[in-house]
Amino acid sequence: MIYNLTVSPDFAPDHISGWYFFNTWLQRQLGERVHLELYDCFEKQREDIAADKIDLIYANPYDAAMLVREKGFRAVVRPQGKSDEAIIATLASSDVNAVEDLVPGITVATTDDPDVHTMGMIMLESADLNRSNISIEEVDSYVLVAKKLLQGKAQAGFFLKEGFEELSDLIRNQMKVLVCSQISVVHHTLLVGPRMAESIPQLTEALLSMGDDEKGRKVLESMDLTAWEIMEEEETEFMIDLIDTLID
Amino acid sequence: MLSQNSDGPRQVQIDYFDGSSRTVDVVDREVPYPDGKLIVSRTDPQGIITHANQAFVDMSGYTKEELIGENHYILRHPDMPAVAFAGLWETIMAGTKWHGYVKNLRKDGAFYWVKATVIPNVRNGKLVGYTSVRRKPSRSKIAESEALYATLK
Repeated sequence: MIYNLTVSPDFAPDHISGWYFFNTWLQRQLGERVHLELYDCFEKQREDIAADKIDLIYANPYDAAMLVREKGFRAVVRPQGKSDEAIIATLASSDVNAVEDLVPGITVATTDDPDVHTMGMIMLESADLNRSNISIEEVDSYVLVAKKLLQGKAQAGFFLKEGFEELSDLIRNQMKVLVCSQISVVHHTLLVGPRMAESIPQLTEALLSMGDDEKGRKVLESMDLTAWEIMEEEETEFMIDLIDTLID
Repeated sequence: MLSQNSDGPRQVQIDYFDGSSRTVDVVDREVPYPDGKLIVSRTDPQGIITHANQAFVDMSGYTKEELIGENHYILRHPDMPAVAFAGLWETIMAGTKWHGYVKNLRKDGAFYWVKATVIPNVRNGKLVGYTSVRRKPSRSKIAESEALYATLK
C-alpha cells in the first residue's frame, strides 16, 4: 500500500525541498511507501481530502478541525514553538496608524489561507469593518498581498506572521504592521488518517526522537522546524473548540 | 495603558443566580482591550473556571491560581443586567454558540469591555464544559451595548 502525505498549501515556498527530505526520512522510519503530494491551493487539496485520498497531512488549524471532526483523523504531533499568528499591514507611507483608522469602503488583500483570513477579519472588527462594508481581494500568496498594498490597490493586507517575516527587506520596509495577533494556542499539526491509524505509535515515536540524530535534525532544519511535540487528544479538541468560537 | 476618570470607588453588592452575593469596590476606569489578543478560559458545566490563559490573567487582574476553581461570575460587572447572562446560559445549555458584548469587572474594580463567544465542549456526545473566547470590541458596539444594558437593569 502507498500512503499519501500532503502539506497545507500555506507552507513557505523556501522549504519545499524540506518536505521531500521528510518524506524520504519517513519512508525509512516506517518501512512503508509514502507519496508526497503538494498543492498550490486549499481548494484542490480539500477535494482530495474529501475523496479520502490523504493519509498523513501537515494541516493548518482550520483544516485540522475538519479532518478530526469529519474525517476521523488524529493529530499526533505539533511543531515545537510555532504558532499561527496573523498580521494586518498597510503601506508605510499611509496615514493609517492603527486598525481603528481604517474606514468602510477599503479594499483588503488576503489569501485563501483560512486561519489567517479569519484572524484578520476578527482584528478588523474593532474598526466596525466586516464583509459587508469592505472589498476583499483574494490573491495566491503573501508576496501578492504585499504587491496589492505597494500598488495602492488595497489599503490593508492579511499575512501569516511567518509569511510577512519571510518577505524581502525591500518589500517589508515599504509596509507597516497595524496589528499582530498573539493567540499562541492556534498552530499547525501533523494528522494521521484512518487508513494509517495502526502506524500511529511507530510514527509518533519516530517523530518525537527525530532531533536525536544528525540526519533527522537536518531534515527538521530543512523544514524550518526545531522538533515535534506530542499533541494530546484533549489539546486538539481544545484548539478545535477555540477555532469554533472564531467562526461566526 | 490605563485611562482614569475622576470618580472615586463605590461599593456595590452583587447578587448571583446561585443565591450567593459579594460586595465589590467599583471604579469608573476602563482598561483598554489589548490589540491582537484573545482572552481564553474554560469552565466545567457548572461555570467553575478550569483554564485561564495569560491574557485573561493580565486583563482580569487576578492571578491564575485565584481564577482556577472560582465561578466565572466573579467577572460580572454590576452594570451588566442579569438578563444578559440568563440569555447566555439558556443558549449554551441548549448546545449552541453564544455571542455578546460584556462589561467585565477586574479585581481592582476597574472594567474592560469584550466581545465574547461561548461554546459548549462536547466529548463523545457528553457535555464536559464550556470555552469562552473574548476579543476586542468596537467603540460603537460598546456604546450600543451600554445604552441597551442601561434599559435592562
